[in-house]
Amino acid sequence: MNEHQQTLWEFMQQQSDKLLTQTLQHIGLTFISLLIAVLIGLPLGIFITRKKQFSGPVLGVAGVLQTVPSIALLGFMIPLLGIGAKPAIVALLLYALLPIIRNTFTGITGVDAAVKEAAVAMGMSKWQVLFKVELPLAMPVIFAGIRTATVITVGVATLASYIAAGGLGEFIFGGISLNNTNMILAGAIPAALLAIIFDFLLSRLQKLNIKKLKTATLTLPLLLILLSSFYLLPSAYGSKLKAGFTPEFMGRQDGNLGLISKYGLKIQTLVINDAVMYKACYEQQLDVISGYSTDGRLKAYDLVVLDDNKFIFPPYYAAPIVRDDALKKFPELEVTLNLLSGKINDSIMTALNYRTDYLHQSPERVAKDFLVANKLYKPARGGNAGIVRIGSKIFGEQYILASIYSMLIKGYTDYDVSTKTGLGGTKICFDALTNNQIDFYPEYTGTGLLAILQPSTKIIDSLTHSKKATYDFVQKGFEANYQIKWLKPIGFNNAYALMMRKKQAKTLNIKTISDLKRYLETNRR
Amino acid sequence: MIKVQHLSKHFGTLKAVDDISFEVAEHENLILLGTSGCGKTTTLKMINRLIEPSAGSIFINGKNIMEQPPELLRRGIGYVLQNNGLFPHYTVAENIGIVPQLLKWDKKRTDNRIAELMEKLHLTREYLHAYPRELSGGQQQRVGLARALVADPEILLMDEPFGALDNVTRSKIHAEFKVLDELKRKTIIMVTHDVQEAFALGDHICLMNKGKIIQDGTPAELLFKPKNDFVRHFLKEQKLHLEFKTISLDDLWEWLPSKQKQTTTKPLSSAADFWTGLEHFKFDDAYAISIKNKGTSVIKSASFEELMSAFYHYKKQQSHE
Repeated sequence: MNEHQQTLWEFMQQQSDKLLTQTLQHIGLTFISLLIAVLIGLPLGIFITRKKQFSGPVLGVAGVLQTVPSIALLGFMIPLLGIGAKPAIVALLLYALLPIIRNTFTGITGVDAAVKEAAVAMGMSKWQVLFKVELPLAMPVIFAGIRTATVITVGVATLASYIAAGGLGEFIFGGISLNNTNMILAGAIPAALLAIIFDFLLSRLQKLNIKKLKTATLTLPLLLILLSSFYLLPSAYGSKLKAGFTPEFMGRQDGNLGLISKYGLKIQTLVINDAVMYKACYEQQLDVISGYSTDGRLKAYDLVVLDDNKFIFPPYYAAPIVRDDALKKFPELEVTLNLLSGKINDSIMTALNYRTDYLHQSPERVAKDFLVANKLYKPARGGNAGIVRIGSKIFGEQYILASIYSMLIKGYTDYDVSTKTGLGGTKICFDALTNNQIDFYPEYTGTGLLAILQPSTKIIDSLTHSKKATYDFVQKGFEANYQIKWLKPIGFNNAYALMMRKKQAKTLNIKTISDLKRYLETNRR
Repeated sequence: MIKVQHLSKHFGTLKAVDDISFEVAEHENLILLGTSGCGKTTTLKMINRLIEPSAGSIFINGKNIMEQPPELLRRGIGYVLQNNGLFPHYTVAENIGIVPQLLKWDKKRTDNRIAELMEKLHLTREYLHAYPRELSGGQQQRVGLARALVADPEILLMDEPFGALDNVTRSKIHAEFKVLDELKRKTIIMVTHDVQEAFALGDHICLMNKGKIIQDGTPAELLFKPKNDFVRHFLKEQKLHLEFKTISLDDLWEWLPSKQKQTTTKPLSSAADFWTGLEHFKFDDAYAISIKNKGTSVIKSASFEELMSAFYHYKKQQSHE
């Protein structure tokens, strides 16, 4: 463990620059989207009160957009708009549309028919009826819609960090990946505060009496524009190449921090989710990314790993980690899991990952094909001597491993299996294990060392050159601290790696990370 | 003044208004009377083009209203709604000032006009900056009337203007309505389903049913010369009351005894209705009342029995005509 447990306050002070940037980005992102959503939603809402036959389709489409999972929506945006602010703003504004359109429609149609008739009968034109009667009377309802949209947008904007648009999501998702509670809270608390503060301010604006609403309706757009401009304030330094790193990679000593301290690499960096990172690189939105060396997309998108010539990336050999009491409860478990030991090397794993990640074959099918090819497959016995709970993190490789282990246990023992796959990042998976929610999951030595045990930098430096030293250290550490056993390594090393497009790397003659640094220094903008 | 010719309005296959024609002379009160769904409100709303007719034409002072921009047409026609339709976000003064604002009057002129109307309609100045929800139903209706009258339009359209009021408030407003000078200068078309209101306020009544005008005439004509059974049936329940209110003492003049009796009361004008005459016996506890002919200023007097007898003769004569 660290010599000194950092408090949340210390973390926030230490990271105050980043925190401020992210908060401003978050506010900016929220309000640009909101501003555009109001500019689109309000007229659209008014339009469908005039042409009622369109109200069904318009509200229907806006409703469907609302139900699309946020991450999926962000994913859809990438082929259309690339990565960064543009797709994030579009996705956010699509979420904000429904409450604005619906409340505008409800508000205006809810205005007393007699009042509207009186307005027309007195000789007001259509526009006068709209601006003097309908909008002022519908304003409380419209405001309520904008408030709802604001809260939704502040929340969903945390996901913008998935596609390199910044915001407080960088801390939140970085924190989850890094098992760093302070980092999660440093993102989550300001995000929650923003939602509460904006909702409160808008409610104050709404409660102003009807007279002052005129002022309010003028203030709101100005306020939106002002807040929107926040997004433009923090400007990253430019460089010839653009890097996209995962939130996890950003905060790790064996990640971006190491690249800066050991290599002195200075590159324009965006924070991005690994689900879209490879594709963004392939589509030349990014030039350098932080991938995993066994990732199937390495093969799919024709990327090349840059040689880590200064050894900042520690070994990440995969092995199942099991709670001691689970080993006692299921005596045959250890032998069964060790059947896989030494059977999968880097290139086999990359090929397996390629089949799930790129060819979209199911992990079960890939797992079965692998076991059959290696003569390890046995049909399920259908035993009922207890249920082994398998966990996995939320990416393809872990799904494949979970499937393989599931088939091995069913085929070689009388235990039944329940799988809890897709358990977010390391923190979620590891907490599930220590809290007896799962019995084992595949973990990587490097992750165990850096994300969970977190020894001092000196110890890390002394270990990370050697596969065996790292394995031994985490094995001892886990046993002593958590009563968790590391079984035999599976064989492959899924380490961090910097990668580039093969073609670009060749053109620029970049083979190692030092080459990359040299290229960036000689080609400053 | 207002001339409606072969006016129809169809909603799909429903003939809401079916080929009707009528005329309203200047400063006349026309009542469109009928049960709900008879087409009276639709007819009214076609006159300020809140509803566009399917066929037929409407002329105001000889000008076809379809040839004028609807906004301009409406600014020259006052409109009073049943549920007043006051803007809840405007104060009383702002509500009354809507049309002046549309007509771009200067502030002083608007303010003076609002003050004038408020006084005439018995609304005290303290309500000037109140919101409609702070007023009683009767007060709201007066503000609605003030709003319709503010630009002094020649024509006033009223859609069940007193329908939402309780009986006491309604008869009070009826009484005010009859004496308000602002209204005497107006040509008014009013929609109502209330027979008594129609008879009390109308110079001229169009009784409507199923989109058609069944009878168009003065209250007395409807009462004593009903065109058909529908009219007779429509008025049957309140017939006696209506007769009392419709027949004036003038109508009875020839049957009143010519010799003068000793009376304690001030002479009543012969323009008063029969009901008022009867009420005088009740309230003054008099043996006889004296009546002054509104044209010749001759004074006659009558006891209760003599008055009733004159009423009986008048009715008998009407039914023989």
